[in-house]
Amino acid sequence: MTTFDFLLQGLAVASDPMILLYALIGVTLGTAVGVLPGIGPALTVALLLPVTYGLDPAGSLIMFAGIYYGGMYGGSTTSILLNTPGESASIVTALEGNKMARAGRGGPALATAAIGSFVAGLLATLALAFLAPYVVKLALVFGPREYFALMMLAFVTVSAAFGDSAMKGLTSLFIGLALALVGIDQLTGQARLSFGLPELLDGVEVTTLAVALFAIGEALFAASQGNRAGDSITAIKGSVWMTKADWARSWKPWLRGTAIGFPIGAMPAGGAEIGTLLSYAAEKRLTRHPEEFGHGAIEGVAGPEAANNASAAGTLVPLLTLGLPTSATAAILLAGFQQFGLQPGPLLFATSPQLVWGLIASLLIANVMLLVLNLPLIRLWVSLLMIPRPWLYAGILLFATLGTIGMNPSPVELSMLLVFGLLGFLMRLYGYPIAPAVVGLILGPMAEQQLRRALAISQGDWSTLVSTPVAAAILSAATLALVVPWIMRIRGKGAVLAQLASDED
Amino acid sequence: MKHTLLGAVLAAAVALPAFANDYMIMAPAAPGGGWDSTARAMQEVMQAEGIAGSVQVQNVPGAGGTVGLAQFASTASGDQSQLIVGGYVMVGAILTNASPVSLADVTPIARLTGEAVGIAVPAESPIKDIKQLVEMMKADPGAVSWAGGSAGGVDHITVGLLAKAAGIDPTKINYVAFSGGGEALAAILGNQVTAGISGVGEFLPQVEAGTMRMLAVSTAEKWPGTDAPTLVESGYDVNVQNWRMVAAAPGLGDEQKAAVAADIDKMANSAGWKALLETKGWANTYLAGAEFDAQLAKEVETTTAILKDIGLVK
Repeated sequence: MTTFDFLLQGLAVASDPMILLYALIGVTLGTAVGVLPGIGPALTVALLLPVTYGLDPAGSLIMFAGIYYGGMYGGSTTSILLNTPGESASIVTALEGNKMARAGRGGPALATAAIGSFVAGLLATLALAFLAPYVVKLALVFGPREYFALMMLAFVTVSAAFGDSAMKGLTSLFIGLALALVGIDQLTGQARLSFGLPELLDGVEVTTLAVALFAIGEALFAASQGNRAGDSITAIKGSVWMTKADWARSWKPWLRGTAIGFPIGAMPAGGAEIGTLLSYAAEKRLTRHPEEFGHGAIEGVAGPEAANNASAAGTLVPLLTLGLPTSATAAILLAGFQQFGLQPGPLLFATSPQLVWGLIASLLIANVMLLVLNLPLIRLWVSLLMIPRPWLYAGILLFATLGTIGMNPSPVELSMLLVFGLLGFLMRLYGYPIAPAVVGLILGPMAEQQLRRALAISQGDWSTLVSTPVAAAILSAATLALVVPWIMRIRGKGAVLAQLASDED
Repeated sequence: MKHTLLGAVLAAAVALPAFANDYMIMAPAAPGGGWDSTARAMQEVMQAEGIAGSVQVQNVPGAGGTVGLAQFASTASGDQSQLIVGGYVMVGAILTNASPVSLADVTPIARLTGEAVGIAVPAESPIKDIKQLVEMMKADPGAVSWAGGSAGGVDHITVGLLAKAAGIDPTKINYVAFSGGGEALAAILGNQVTAGISGVGEFLPQVEAGTMRMLAVSTAEKWPGTDAPTLVESGYDVNVQNWRMVAAAPGLGDEQKAAVAADIDKMANSAGWKALLETKGWANTYLAGAEFDAQLAKEVETTTAILKDIGLVK
């Protein structure tokens, strides 16, 4: 049978009414937990695992997959409306999305996120069905040196995309890099900068820092401005739906986001955040409206949102073909497979084709359900912004705090949230961009570990970093991205660049 | 299938004896890992078998379980209804993190499950057996790179013990730590390292599919599902098992401790527990009482010694 036959057979399995019901329960729960910060998809699936013992394997796995996709979907809502990213994959969405929401364009922002997620989910699921065996071969080519090269590329493109003052941007980036050093060093197991506090041994949680800097910092800033604050929030301006221009500006970022997110999600050390960051940087570079970036450019929502959903499908590639869980949720999906005596891995496609193709087919169906579920809700979500500002900010503070406690119930975590919130307030007050700090925290440890792994394997020989074509090519691209703007600036084209790198915060 | 679910709920409701204890089990790790699934498996069996009325699982992740252990030791004292799940990884983490709280600050009850550590190479590797790999290490320890789980964890410790048993300086081993078995597996399959070391269960599907070759297992006896020799059989005196355990709160009286131990014993000997181990592919290595205490003390001692030898603990 060909892949296509298998997929049709899978669709037949998935169109069973009970299976459809499980998919619906899954996506509804997933959207709900995505909207609530702190309760991630991983925890929800873990809580539901025991419930599904009585169900048949196909039904419960399909429900879990629905939760996973739904979580990726729902995460964007709080990011856009409240500047409170519920999970690390939707941090980038907050950058432009929240600016759009404040300018009364929350509806189009949510719509482009939802439709972008749909398009990306659809394409990436099809890619999962048809390309999984090839993508996984590609992903395995990536060893520590290739990952290090990829991190360098991400560093260069991402930091260039943020902020107009290089000094302020770099300061913010290094705050993030310094925070990234806190905790147990992965390669030697020794504690760094933990000051004897056991809670610091695992380092600073990315979502805690992001929520603190974005949401708490902003709430404090708004409070400090009192009634003088000029930037009032406009709930709705124009249509709640996407205009023709919005569509025209969104479709390319959706496709590019998918193309970036899927392969990076499939890489065992990739992860959704890198894909969203690279997509944001790409959109900022390619847009015809650079002046809007930092003030609510729709491309900056469409691309990263497509990328994070595509990476969710990408994560399933190594899970299904190798049995490699590359995210917390995937690890629990793996446990779900094992619960039914199935071992995901190289043989799964051969031993249980019905289940695998049923799963893939129901992902397609879940994706359609998510769109149907989410689009009508946009009007409801947007009306959240009509809540009077003091109430709204109080709500954001409550939401952010609850989310952090939900994730890790410890006083130290809560103190970190408040201290970083103050930091966010100060950074805002003095005009330092916020995003580079979060980027530093995400990319710093990855770059450090991969570099040290590469050097350990080569026994200290630095030439290993350029010894494969892939690593050398990516590093050259990173060097070009660093050097070309420099030359352009020297040749008097600085003005163009300054405009390109318009203020992000 | 609706009926089976309904049936299960009814059965659970009927099976509840009036005086069952309630338990709160702490999994000192994020949802999804081995400790979390152990805690949730206990929760399920204890409720289904009517050993406890209500069982809750709480996740306190961080630092090889030492964050959860510290919290447990300080807040659960004297509370008979609190349990914590742990394992060999925690023994290593307590030492490498210089944790102020150790297993001596809780009341270990029993070892529940265990898994062998496997040593494997990619199928296309020229290395055919464990002797050949060890000879390569003898010639140049740095030239043999090992991919495995976190630094100071059971994988790292096993490589250290193997080096020591073969007369190689354990500080010279080239161990590359990855976060979790998955990433390490990718590095092995992608031919980035010489050999891989991880739980046998992580390698078996790859071995079956013919993408990897298992060279040896770390337990005293051969491991089901693979005919790879043990390290002892191959002439290296190394016997390691990655076990998981359950402990009760500190400060319990003898009677309280006995009551908890009796509940755990009932669970470990129940048909439900055995069936669940079967589906999860976990080996039943139940060991309780004085025997477990003695075993635990011995493991802490050898682990401390090897971590000092590797240079991770001063």
